[in-house]
Amino acid sequence: MLNVKSIHKQVLLGDWLILLLAALLVFLSFLSFWQTAPAAKVQISLADKVYATYSLNQAREIHVRGPLGEAVIQIAKGKARFAKAPCSSQYCVHQGWLSKAGQVAICIPNQIGLALVGEAQPYDTLNY
Amino acid sequence: MLKHFQPSLDDHRIAKLAAFAIALHMLEAVIPSPLPGVKPGIANIVTLYVLYQYGFATAAWVSLLRVLASSLLLGQFLSPGFALSLAGALFSLASLAVAMHLPKKYFGPVSLSVVAAFAHVAGQLLVVRLWLIPHAGVVYLLPVFAVAALFFGTINGLITARLLKR
Repeated sequence: MLNVKSIHKQVLLGDWLILLLAALLVFLSFLSFWQTAPAAKVQISLADKVYATYSLNQAREIHVRGPLGEAVIQIAKGKARFAKAPCSSQYCVHQGWLSKAGQVAICIPNQIGLALVGEAQPYDTLNY
Repeated sequence: MLKHFQPSLDDHRIAKLAAFAIALHMLEAVIPSPLPGVKPGIANIVTLYVLYQYGFATAAWVSLLRVLASSLLLGQFLSPGFALSLAGALFSLASLAVAMHLPKKYFGPVSLSVVAAFAHVAGQLLVVRLWLIPHAGVVYLLPVFAVAALFFGTINGLITARLLKR
């Protein structure tokens, strides 16, 4: 029913313009909503202060002492996680590995938070 | 006392065209979709064709009757699916009411179809965001729906252009 030869007769100049604009809209929507930048650094916060910032390139274990006790944060292969936490719920540990910029894991009882940071920060602050 | 209503020629035409749109809608309802909500929207070919042949009022009647009757046939009247369908239809009709005034020399059915398809998606996502899933994460769906709108809008527009040539 639709043969390719006759398509150019049905698509007028303005139609091409609309199609171009629509394609641009699609492209921009992908750009602004689907961008997941890989993270470069992990920012560890303790209570209301930034405790330390580490690069994700180097594997290491960080021991942080919070009000409940010591938490172990592990960095490996560009990812970070709570390896051990003294809290009862263990939500922070179950959050697992974080790898993308903007991802967070927060241990509220122990007041320790991890936030992955990329080249551009998707959020200015996150408050509880 | 029953008042006898004499259907006019227009009423007959609207009913006939709406029935055709409903049939296409039903056909589409049985086609499985890889993603809920992504559909070709072939019934909109009828809306667009009617808009060109009989004007906006008839097109609005046909489109809204199709939404109402299809929801009754599918058993979704007043369900979220119906609200989405209605929001999509209302938004595309509104966009068509504006876009139909574009100069006909340069803007054909393909333009109107694509514009209406994007308006359809916008209306549906607005209902989803405001009522069904009031969460900002809904915007993650937008690129997928935008691609579908561009793709199916273009194809439906081409089919309408071809039908109008007959």
